[in-house]
Amino acid sequence: MAKSWKEWEKPVLELDEYIAKLKGIAAQETNPDKHARLAARLEEFEKRRDNFINIRYSRLGPWEEVLLARAEPRPYTLDYITQVFTDFTELDGDRRHGQDHAIVAGPANFEGRPVMIVGHQKGRDIKQRAFRNFAMSKPEGYRKAIRMFDMAERFRMPVVTFVDTPAADPGVESESRGISEAIAASMLKMFELTVPIVSVVIGEGGSGGAIGIACGNRLLMQEHAIYSVIPPEGCAAILWRDADKGPQAAAALKLTAQSAMELELVDEILEEPFGGAHRNPIEAATTVRDAIERNLMDLDRMSPEELKDHRYKRFRSLGKLETV
Amino acid sequence: MRHGRAAKAGTSFVQCQQCKKTLFAAEFETNLRVCGHCGHHHRLTYDQRIRYTFDEGSFIELDQELRSADPLQFPEYLDKHAQSVAKTGLQDSVISGTAMIEGIKVATAIADFHFMGGSMGSVAGEKFTRTLERAANSSVPAVIFCASGGARMQEGLLSLMQMAKTTAAVAKCQEKRVPYIAVFTDPTMAGVLASFASVADVIIAEPKALVGFAGARVSKQAQVGKAADDFQTAEFAARSGMIDRIVERRDLRTTLTNLVQMLGAHLRQGASVG
Repeated sequence: MAKSWKEWEKPVLELDEYIAKLKGIAAQETNPDKHARLAARLEEFEKRRDNFINIRYSRLGPWEEVLLARAEPRPYTLDYITQVFTDFTELDGDRRHGQDHAIVAGPANFEGRPVMIVGHQKGRDIKQRAFRNFAMSKPEGYRKAIRMFDMAERFRMPVVTFVDTPAADPGVESESRGISEAIAASMLKMFELTVPIVSVVIGEGGSGGAIGIACGNRLLMQEHAIYSVIPPEGCAAILWRDADKGPQAAAALKLTAQSAMELELVDEILEEPFGGAHRNPIEAATTVRDAIERNLMDLDRMSPEELKDHRYKRFRSLGKLETV
Repeated sequence: MRHGRAAKAGTSFVQCQQCKKTLFAAEFETNLRVCGHCGHHHRLTYDQRIRYTFDEGSFIELDQELRSADPLQFPEYLDKHAQSVAKTGLQDSVISGTAMIEGIKVATAIADFHFMGGSMGSVAGEKFTRTLERAANSSVPAVIFCASGGARMQEGLLSLMQMAKTTAAVAKCQEKRVPYIAVFTDPTMAGVLASFASVADVIIAEPKALVGFAGARVSKQAQVGKAADDFQTAEFAARSGMIDRIVERRDLRTTLTNLVQMLGAHLRQGASVG
């Protein structure tokens, strides 16, 4: 089984590359006969690629969903912020220790109204990945989030959170500055708010690091996002002492959007464009925008106290157990 | 005794798990299962914890009707769960109810590490939540004993959701001005530490208890430099400012009594506490 998205998507990427090359040649071809032949060939290959994508996406397994959720070209939080909001004004600092670039936050306008945004941010190249600490937030990130939640409450702004992290930062420094407390305090703060909160899982919903900013009135998940209590590789290492059994663990953990829906943990699955969000980020952003608007409009009907109560009840009811 | 468990009839010696010295079983019991030589606090079962903490016979178990399901049909979960039931006599990793401590009523939940590593799934999460809600609704302090490797992965995302659910219940306690005291016993880790446990009003830890977010191996791998020798212990957490006090087991009852007495005094003035 493929170990990375790049490896899995390779046949499609190769077709993409060939199609791009054909397009380049066709654009420069002046002979009408040759141009027509090239155009036909181009069409044939595009069809071939789309068929191929169709077949693959019609039988995605849990492990493929993991790879897709982690795909490097997948739109990240800042991509959605750019597409969906205006005037985003990034704010930073936890006022205690430092900055955290794994979480971006600040106010922005959404369809004519100010909202507060908090989201994990991944990096696309090596330099950016290091800068963003692979979207693994340290305590400072969650404490910055708490500041934003506080402001949102004070200034009556709805909150939108974007979830996309493999996990919270597990390092020694994070431990000594209280990563556990920071995550817990962030959740606690979310339960105190009387403004609407909509959370969207756009990639990896990685355990505590994810839920630390995902305690919303509504939880939306993109079609190819995942949400899990533990990374599949970690689960495999614990259960079978073999981190390579990630695919088996991914299946056992039921971490796909579809499974989360079946377990009644998410409110909506946001359909992605043909071939995944990364093949058409604009269309993906439109779906996300529409969903945020729809859900905020819905939540607008509730009073401040009702919103808080609704959030409590939403999470209060989660869990599957039996009584005797 | 390899696991420092209760001595069987006729056996009068046990061995300390830490320093391996031989101890008189009776003395070991009197010392609340703390080694007289090295001071190692051995892990307790839920019934030992109840016995050592609360007024005799005052613990009343509630939420007994809750049973684990296997919503993910996770490989081998039912077998492992059944083994733990047989081993511990518990139905899941947490027992909850009410108890008296020096005559003061509290809502309490006790996690038992011997049951699937004290892991938190839907049942444990529900019991912690009910305990906190019970405290909030009946205006009595909450005392929760943590002992857990974290969220129970066999219940997947449902376990993760218990982190949010239990934390939300802490907000209810705060609203109702009900004190909530968490006791970190060995070990208090991951999903339990990063939720209701860390937002208690007061956090007490037993000496040398393992306290941490990620497994020590993961944490150290993630870091270039060297971690302190006592990394992810109660002492490290205390030095980092993450807990209030480290309290030896023999002093725990007194400390808890003082805290529930003082922090909960306002609740008992004119309130009906049965």
